[in-house]
Amino acid sequence: MSNFETSSLWQLTLTRLKLTLREPEAIFWIFVFPILLAVGLGIAFRNRPADVLPVAASTPQLTQALAADNGLHATLLDESSGRHALAIGTILLLAEPSPAGVVYRYDDTNPDARNARILADRAIQIAAGRRDPVSAANDLDHETGSRYIDFVVPGLLGMNLMGSAMWGLGFSIVDARQKKLLKRMVASPMPRWQFLMAYLLSRLVMLAIEVVVLLGFARIVFGVPFRGPLAQLGLICILTSLTFSALGLLVASRARTMEAVSGLMNLVMLPMWILSGVFFSASRFPAFMQPLVNALPLTAAIGAMRGNMLQGVALSQMMPLIGIMLFWCLVPFAVSLRIFRWR
Amino acid sequence: MSEPAKSTPASCALCIRGLRKSFASPRADSVRAVDGIDLEVHPGECFGLLGPNGAGKTTTIEICEGLTAPDAGTVELLGLNWKSGANELRQRIGVQLQETQFPEKLTVEEILRLFRSFYRRGLTIDESIRIAQLEEKRRARVGGLSGGQKQRLAMATALVGDPELLFLDEPTTGLDPQARRHLWDLVDELKRGGRTIILTTHYMEEAERLCDRVAIMDHGKVIALGSPRELIETVGGEDIVEFAVSPSESLGPKPAKLPFDPALLTAIPGVSSHRIDRSLHQLSVSELHTTVPGIFAALAAQGLHLSEFRTHSASLEDVFVRLTGRNLRDE
Repeated sequence: MSNFETSSLWQLTLTRLKLTLREPEAIFWIFVFPILLAVGLGIAFRNRPADVLPVAASTPQLTQALAADNGLHATLLDESSGRHALAIGTILLLAEPSPAGVVYRYDDTNPDARNARILADRAIQIAAGRRDPVSAANDLDHETGSRYIDFVVPGLLGMNLMGSAMWGLGFSIVDARQKKLLKRMVASPMPRWQFLMAYLLSRLVMLAIEVVVLLGFARIVFGVPFRGPLAQLGLICILTSLTFSALGLLVASRARTMEAVSGLMNLVMLPMWILSGVFFSASRFPAFMQPLVNALPLTAAIGAMRGNMLQGVALSQMMPLIGIMLFWCLVPFAVSLRIFRWR
Repeated sequence: MSEPAKSTPASCALCIRGLRKSFASPRADSVRAVDGIDLEVHPGECFGLLGPNGAGKTTTIEICEGLTAPDAGTVELLGLNWKSGANELRQRIGVQLQETQFPEKLTVEEILRLFRSFYRRGLTIDESIRIAQLEEKRRARVGGLSGGQKQRLAMATALVGDPELLFLDEPTTGLDPQARRHLWDLVDELKRGGRTIILTTHYMEEAERLCDRVAIMDHGKVIALGSPRELIETVGGEDIVEFAVSPSESLGPKPAKLPFDPALLTAIPGVSSHRIDRSLHQLSVSELHTTVPGIFAALAAQGLHLSEFRTHSASLEDVFVRLTGRNLRDE
């Protein structure tokens, strides 16, 4: 056996990794859950091809005029079945002839119906011989990076790194304390800093897997952009993970029971799930809350990830965000080393 | 013997002087778990701390292991103390705590490799597995081990650093009789290896079987100290006679619990003491074959009828009973 293999730091780290990988639930929450979430959100908020709006008319002439527009799907319905279809929402608009010309029946509070009104009117006017005074052409541009999935992937990444670091450290430390394993460890000549360091090192290994799995999936399936330097994105992820590991350590430093640590964990994480802009921009919160929202480590982490991935901002231009994360990394770590209960 | 040359020649492997430790208690102001203890354990000795639950054994041993700081007193192990030589000491002692639960998803081998990595020198993984007789369970996960096997694994983690001084805190509590005997054999083998062993137990047969010397503890104090043989001799006889009496029917009604003079019994040659516990009389006796007829005669002369009668060899239990008036396992 080499010196490396028999070194206690290596053995402690290896043990941590084995314990994590032998826990099927952990594998689910760390690797599978974020992908499921990304798939679900990607489906829900996918950018659809411009919708074809279902409309109907009560005369063949009107129906023909409507069908000429690509954006409309027109059917011929008599008046009563047309009104019924309108009422149950299978069509958005019903065009009926009137003595003066045409009447459009639609719900003007429904944006799709308003669009249908514009398209239908244009189609009928063109069929009647209208000529546009200005000729207009369309140049369509579906830009990646501005879609919801592009916005939400960095948010999910940040949330996932927070969750896995905090649960990973918090639960296993309290579990070891409850089972008197911590006490047994400190009765041996194990250097105490190595015990905590092994948690951080094994986190970094898991982190690499988590980040590559989630971002690789987002890249391949959704084409999410990476505009900033990848190495800097890696650094942001490492700092994020260390920050939440430090918070996890702090939360677990005194708790004696799983119930206590779960409660503390939720107390710390819940505000960030809501406030830190995982699913929607944190700037939507009112101005008086912004100082609080921006001081949260997850807000800073997600901000830096979005800056890197979506806008290609260099790390050197995001120092305030890095500073907030460093603060949340160093202070909890220092405090927890002082107050850590080893038995 | 595994004494390195640099070890300071100390007359005792463990010296405790004036040890005190109190804990805050919800009911009282504080509980004196350890209340002024002095002990010396000699190199190569198997020393037992015997006492009922709550006597302060675990607190004492955890202070010795450097896990608990005493309120007062000094502890010296292998010529070192916890203030200045903690790192060195941890390398040279082995510890088995009460109720350590190792991670269920690790194997025996993995746990021992982990613990071995903490020590500069020590046994190989193979040796420690062989000593703990866990060869067949080498690749089994902790979750699949029996209570006795888990306890032997705990013992193996204590041994893997080849310690000069080994602390075992209630090593057989909760084990079935067979697993207990198995563990005793293991301790015997370690004793033959020349290690100094300090163990706590509340089973007196365990202390009698394993320990060269025993300190009996009660309420945080050492109430007796010596080899099991010496301690048993203080009971005053080699055997204990227990009997209960009822008035003889032929003599008509008399008070049910009739007082009779214990001096009548202790006057019998060979009887050294008498006590009564819940109407059961206990006599310490030597020369059982001559004293028992004497006892029969004395009782008959009082008109008393024996309703129970039994004898056993004196044990540490009897020592504890004589010193405290209570049975070891009462509380």
